[in-house]
Amino acid sequence: MTTLEVTKLGISFGGLRAVDELSMKIEKGSLVGLIGPNGAGKTTVFNMLTGVYRPTDGGIRLEGENLIGKKPFEINHMGVARTFQNIRLFPKQSVLDNVMVGFNNQITYSLAESILHVGSYRKKEREMRERSLEILRVFHLEDSAQTLSSNLPYGKQRKLEIARALATNPKLLLLDEPAAGMNPNETGELMDTIRLVRKKYNVTILLIEHDMKLVQGICEYLYVLNFGRLLAEGAPEKVLNDPAVVKAYLGD
Amino acid sequence: MKQFKNLLTVRRDNTISYGIVILAFLVIQGMIASGNISSSLKGQLVPICAYIVMAVSLNLTVGILGELSLGHAGFMSVGAFTGIVVSTSLAAAIPSAPLRLAVSMVIGGLFAGLAGVIVGIPVLRLKGDYLAIVTLAFGEIIKNIINVLYIGLDENGLHFSILQQSFTLAEGGRMIINGPMGVSGVEKISSFTSGFVLILVTLFIILNLVHSRTGRAVMSVRDNKIAAESIGISVTRCKLLAFVISAVFAGMAGTLYAMNFSTVTASKFDFNTSILILVFVVLGGLGNIWGSIIAAALLTVLPELLRSMNDYRMLIYAILLIVMMIFNNSGARKRLLEWRSARCAARNEKKEGA
Repeated sequence: MTTLEVTKLGISFGGLRAVDELSMKIEKGSLVGLIGPNGAGKTTVFNMLTGVYRPTDGGIRLEGENLIGKKPFEINHMGVARTFQNIRLFPKQSVLDNVMVGFNNQITYSLAESILHVGSYRKKEREMRERSLEILRVFHLEDSAQTLSSNLPYGKQRKLEIARALATNPKLLLLDEPAAGMNPNETGELMDTIRLVRKKYNVTILLIEHDMKLVQGICEYLYVLNFGRLLAEGAPEKVLNDPAVVKAYLGD
Repeated sequence: MKQFKNLLTVRRDNTISYGIVILAFLVIQGMIASGNISSSLKGQLVPICAYIVMAVSLNLTVGILGELSLGHAGFMSVGAFTGIVVSTSLAAAIPSAPLRLAVSMVIGGLFAGLAGVIVGIPVLRLKGDYLAIVTLAFGEIIKNIINVLYIGLDENGLHFSILQQSFTLAEGGRMIINGPMGVSGVEKISSFTSGFVLILVTLFIILNLVHSRTGRAVMSVRDNKIAAESIGISVTRCKLLAFVISAVFAGMAGTLYAMNFSTVTASKFDFNTSILILVFVVLGGLGNIWGSIIAAALLTVLPELLRSMNDYRMLIYAILLIVMMIFNNSGARKRLLEWRSARCAARNEKKEGA
């Protein structure tokens, strides 16, 4: 079954063609990498998938449903969650609250219950806390639950972003450079976490990454972008040895 | 597992804070009863309550939602004049003054909330400073509309006109709002007790809201709009919700305030009032509800307390503002907060151990 189907996707900013004729097909439960040299348009693709940018042409379908023209929060409701290349946490809130806010559309109660703290308020809040702590435990962040998220070390902030995205119960998880700024040990740990997350939360993952060790280690399929166009696709060992890909990364 | 248990209990530490407010009320009531309060300070009690509600409600927009609004007095004005019209119209129907005040406040709040929706829908789509500019304009527009508004009451009901009085009242009728002359002969039905009740209601609702899924969503919009949208939060809806709730309480505070004076004009709720409230919020600390209360009470009382020093009182007031500002931005406040949270953590640990 196909989770995400992208057909001939393209976007122009003025005269610049940032992404052109991009087609991808991502199967349910797979772990797919989107790689390419700097400026290839990878994050732009993520921004189109999540509704931040509206593509100029082409189509995006999530389990058959059209995503084009939907607002970012609607796309999240439909089942797409993401992390950001430059971490975007809620810095003035605790680690726990950062995850709890992710449950906003999963565990709900009415505005009147919010204001008066009556009805299912206590039960639902407790459920939200329990499930948030459960996710934090997966990421070994439970000891920092009450820490201000901006006080977390960099690597943990990246993990917290993934935890928050998972709280929205996505079908498709988009990770934008999850290993950026991590040392080899942390990267190794992150690979284990990503594998675990896919299994435990039954989620399809598309990730952008420059760390080839991570890409080779966990991705089952790769798409290579160069100057906004698809340069190659296929299994990692095949794609990474493709002369055209090597040339795009290293030059002549 | 022990620490999770601690996290799973819904925090009820606000009980103590409500206790402090109630205690302050009782102390002041005691002072009034024993005659230990100056007449000028006694006259300030209702305005202080109104300003506290204004500051707390503005903190919802500026501190919790993170949008700068410079027209909060506009909503106060809508609430004030709606409240006056309602209370005058219902004078015969509801003889009980506190009940009539409550009804006027609710309707005043609803009208202010309606104004909040009308202003909010277009304006909250704007980003950054534009909101501040448009809310500033809104405050001025409201002031000018009420300045040319004529409302009269007679046996046939309410009469409205704008720019000039184009209706004549039947025998025994009276003008409620008389254009630029404003309102005179208001029956003073506000009391310190009603103001205190309004403060409690405001605190209860706003603090509850902050500690709920809605409050977390609003704060996430403040902290990072793009991230908030990415986890399924409608930024527009959150902004509008917080803005309108803030306007409703400003309207209720307006009714309370207006019912404390026999004459009220629209110019009382001008830009200066909006800025005064904003000063309370900023000095009390953005997002700090209790700080807003203390700043509003202190800075309203202070000029009165300093009356004995006459020539120097505005000087002292200004110096105090500066000192508060420096304190807020200095390490001293941060260290104090850290010390407090460390003490709380130690206390919790002790509880767990027991």
